Amino acid sequence: MAMCSLEKRGNLFILTLITDQDVEHRLNPNLFTSIISALSKAKAQSTRGSALVTVSHGKFFSNGLDLAWVKAAGSNQEAQQRFDQLLHCLNQLVLAFISLPMPTIAAVNGHAAAAGVVLALSHDYVLMRRDRGVLYMSDLDLGIKIPEPFMALFRAKLSPGSTRRDLLLRGLKIKGEEAVKMGIVDAVHDGEEGVSEAAMKMADGLVKRNWDAQVYVEIRKGLYPELCGMLGLATEVIATPRL
Amino acid sequence: MCTLEKRGNLFLLTLTGDDQHRLNPTLITSLLSALSQAKAQSTRGCALITVAQGRFFSNGFDLAWAQSAGSKQGAQERLLHLVESFKPVVAALLNLPMPTVAAVTGHATAAGFALALSHDYAVMRRDRGVLYMAEVDIGLSAPDYFMALFKEKMGAASARRDLLLRGLKMKGDEAEKRGIVEAAYDSDDEVREASVRMGEDLAKRKWDGEVYAEIRKGLYPELSAMLGLATKVFASPRL
Repeated sequence: MAMCSLEKRGNLFILTLITDQDVEHRLNPNLFTSIISALSKAKAQSTRGSALVTVSHGKFFSNGLDLAWVKAAGSNQEAQQRFDQLLHCLNQLVLAFISLPMPTIAAVNGHAAAAGVVLALSHDYVLMRRDRGVLYMSDLDLGIKIPEPFMALFRAKLSPGSTRRDLLLRGLKIKGEEAVKMGIVDAVHDGEEGVSEAAMKMADGLVKRNWDAQVYVEIRKGLYPELCGMLGLATEVIATPRL
Repeated sequence: MCTLEKRGNLFLLTLTGDDQHRLNPTLITSLLSALSQAKAQSTRGCALITVAQGRFFSNGFDLAWAQSAGSKQGAQERLLHLVESFKPVVAALLNLPMPTVAAVTGHATAAGFALALSHDYAVMRRDRGVLYMAEVDIGLSAPDYFMALFKEKMGAASARRDLLLRGLKMKGDEAEKRGIVEAAYDSDDEVREASVRMGEDLAKRKWDGEVYAEIRKGLYPELSAMLGLATKVFASPRL
């Protein structure tokens, strides 16, 4: 049961979250496996000057973990196990994105909540719609703690102080323009087409830089040492520059 | 030296008296006791507001008390004692299972600034009172946990440098612009009303206090570790 597709257009990989199964693109074991497998494939086929864009369609980018699947478990114990399993999958997903040897862009077409925000922020760049969709860390309202390494991801990607506090400790639903002002996302565009086209255009620009895949991923890991430490991602020194 | 009062779902912590609210062993003990009480009585959907009477929020450590030790060594020991004993106050605020707001109606200097900054949110007066890290001017180095507090609470490197390394006396408008306080107001009453309004808005969300405190500590891991408040890494959240 595929829940995302991977397409290659020249040097550009396009990862699409498929709407048919679930409009909210809730992250459950199937979708996680599907995404991680797609990233594996992209990694295997990556060359100098590749890039990956993640797109989705409809009202939601992703509304977070599939809590309905968790609650459908037979017992409290099994529900906790299912939840732990989803967290483990989310951990693997972040690891896969951080170790992907090419620039990544998330085209956030709609609402992103909790793990959906984690998914978006696992990308190097995040574009959002101006006219629709919010970023919402629902965890506090749901009474669920945010474990490491996901807190480390937020610390890595967001400026210290009011930005982190307002996203994580205030239960705010942050629209595109505000998210840009806060430095959480890079730009806003109008309409679903607008944001995915902008993402493709940005990806083309990055592809043209023709970066060495290994160097790119090592520098990215070097930006986020705390997060990589928690994910068990060692960095490598590459000391053979093109002079 | 400080009182704790409950008004509806708000805990009101008041630094009493028209003095500088210098942090000495007496005030520190009083603060710890009040925060302990607030924690013990906390329920879902409450918040803490800290207000101060008079022209000062707090003018920092009681250096006069330290000096009255009689000898240079004695003074130094007393000062180090103040630095150590203030740590649990910051820790108590960081660990408090409810949102916290500081109503900074007057000067907040050095440890007094750290006290304000240890709250989740701060509101200030526009026309009176400054935020001021006096250490560089009076020849004191700043304790390590103050540095961690500034590093993790303040995004802009230039703000940290201007406050810590330049001894800038920052007024309300600038503090608001630079994102150090939420907003600046024109009178004590407006500051207090704003802090109460903010407290009530946050309390209305009815957040689970333990979850709130854990997420808060996750925002400030280095500070938390220094204060012996390390959060459990990789702990699985209870559903």
